[in-house]
Amino acid sequence: MNNVFVYIETEGTQVAEVSQELLTKGRKLADQLGVELHAVVAGTGIKGKVEDQILPYGVDKLFAFDGEGLFPYTSAPHTDILVNLFKEEQPQICLMGATVIGRDLGPRVSSSLTSGLTADCTQLEIGDFDDVKTKNHYDNLLYQIRPAFGGNIVATIVNPDHRPQMATVRSGVMQKAIYEGKAKNEVVYPEVSKYVSPEAYVVKVLDHHVEAAKHNLKGSPIVVAGGYGMGSKEGFDMLFELAKVLHGEVGASRAAVDAGFCDTDRQIGQTGVTVHPKVYIACGISGQIQHIAGMQDSKIIISVNSDPDAPINRIADYVIVGTVEEVVPKLIKYYKQNSK
Amino acid sequence: MTKPLKIVVLAKQVPDTRNVGKDAMTPEGTVNRAALPAIFNPEDLNALEQALRLKEQNPGSTVGVLTMGPPRAGEIIRQGLFRGADTGWLLTDRLFAGADTLATSYALATAIKKIGDVDIVIGGRQAIDGDTAQVGPQVAQKLGLNQVTYAEEILKIENNIATIRRHIDGGVETVEVPLPCVITVNGSAAPCRPCNAKLVMKYKYAMCPLEVDVNAECGMRNAELSKTRPYLTLNQWSVADVDGDPNQCGLSGSPTKVKTVQNIVFQAKESKTLTASDSDVEGLIKELLDEKIIG
Repeated sequence: MNNVFVYIETEGTQVAEVSQELLTKGRKLADQLGVELHAVVAGTGIKGKVEDQILPYGVDKLFAFDGEGLFPYTSAPHTDILVNLFKEEQPQICLMGATVIGRDLGPRVSSSLTSGLTADCTQLEIGDFDDVKTKNHYDNLLYQIRPAFGGNIVATIVNPDHRPQMATVRSGVMQKAIYEGKAKNEVVYPEVSKYVSPEAYVVKVLDHHVEAAKHNLKGSPIVVAGGYGMGSKEGFDMLFELAKVLHGEVGASRAAVDAGFCDTDRQIGQTGVTVHPKVYIACGISGQIQHIAGMQDSKIIISVNSDPDAPINRIADYVIVGTVEEVVPKLIKYYKQNSK
Repeated sequence: MTKPLKIVVLAKQVPDTRNVGKDAMTPEGTVNRAALPAIFNPEDLNALEQALRLKEQNPGSTVGVLTMGPPRAGEIIRQGLFRGADTGWLLTDRLFAGADTLATSYALATAIKKIGDVDIVIGGRQAIDGDTAQVGPQVAQKLGLNQVTYAEEILKIENNIATIRRHIDGGVETVEVPLPCVITVNGSAAPCRPCNAKLVMKYKYAMCPLEVDVNAECGMRNAELSKTRPYLTLNQWSVADVDGDPNQCGLSGSPTKVKTVQNIVFQAKESKTLTASDSDVEGLIKELLDEKIIG
């Protein structure tokens, strides 16, 4: 009762990285609240294959549902599992990835349990809340902090009276780490038919096709990102060259993606990927709030911009005032000359 | 075999958060809604297009636009009519105000029950003012219907089963779902057709009763023309009209509460400004290499 739950997403027998990131966050919240961290996973043929990808992140108890029809994911069976399990377990918090699956499942579960759900949180904290209307005081609520209005403001949301407090978080926003402390690591395999009604399997997946990610932008220690100032798809070629010599990856601002200069899966920012590299080289990026939110934790930020007053320069460690056409080839040249 | 379908499109009038200018934020860091133009939520237009295509493919089908908002959201119904929808409903009541996604879903689900015998409920994946993507699945749950989210194309409807191609993380999926069902449409789906000139002429003065201001020209025309053309009076429903429970609507029906809202302030750093000269760029590269920041 009253524990922190994380819903674990899988592709076949591969656990999604975002779920591991949430386990690490969930462990911290559970420690702070003095409760246990529980995980729930559902799939087909997962027994013996997923536990090692889940337990090391500090899980006290894993509920693994293994049965036909649980992979590929469809809404109703997974909803039944969570709703019925939560009725038994009465968790206080439930976290899931703000992925296609999490954003399909979360609202369905929250509506079934009439509990509140906050989408795409960028921070989760524990704190107190005083309701000014009812004069009620609440201890240890989950602060669900998220951007709103296209990223122009940040709102802190609480669910005072309904449990579980549910939140989704995008991939890369939290960082995963193997738990150093001691967790119970118990695993149970509940009988699926006790949780899922036969009618739940009515949606049929005829074809399911997932391609492996073409790049590792999220985990790259060096990111070279281009904005609208790159001018064209061809303009991005030199960023790919710079990224190649530095052994980094290429990212892009939303403006560059919207203009068709770069693929959507390389978008950095609130509605794209969040990155935490050692070095972030922003080329021709003005620095809208929604972009900065996805890269502000980079250790060293270098901005290449012809506008000395570009907003991104305020958070940069180095600002090179000049055109990308002039500066980027020089970065490549002098790196090649000096790195040997 | 095709059969006539009764389709309800969920659509929302939203502030255009994609083009937020400087005056859109107050000095206190809150949003000045009045400074933002109100638009048809983009992905709801993608949903409307899918609905209109189904109507064409299944003769005898009807498409209605359901929206919730203040009286001026009647514009969303008109925009739907201009593009080929047959009817619309505006849910408007002070009791609906302050709703989070759950209370919104309750209100919409109640209205859909009142509309009755709906085969397909279809809306955009999410609205740009909140980006939550919660209302579609929550409406589905409240109605006890199956859901398909992130749809890109409804490939066919046969024997009361819809075949839908949908976007998933890193790929695509094709699913079959029996009707009735709820579908949410992704922005990567086909864009919506433009307004049809004849339909614009027909519905230009269509209004919800609360929108009618007889002192304005539009309102005057509506008051005059709707006597002989009843289709110019759009459906407008309150909480009582849909037999809703006020405790589940608006602020009181919302489990989530906003604790605080803050403007975003990023910590400014002390930065080193360089020129594009060879010596500056080479100096930077050497510094980064020396400090082993890059390898």
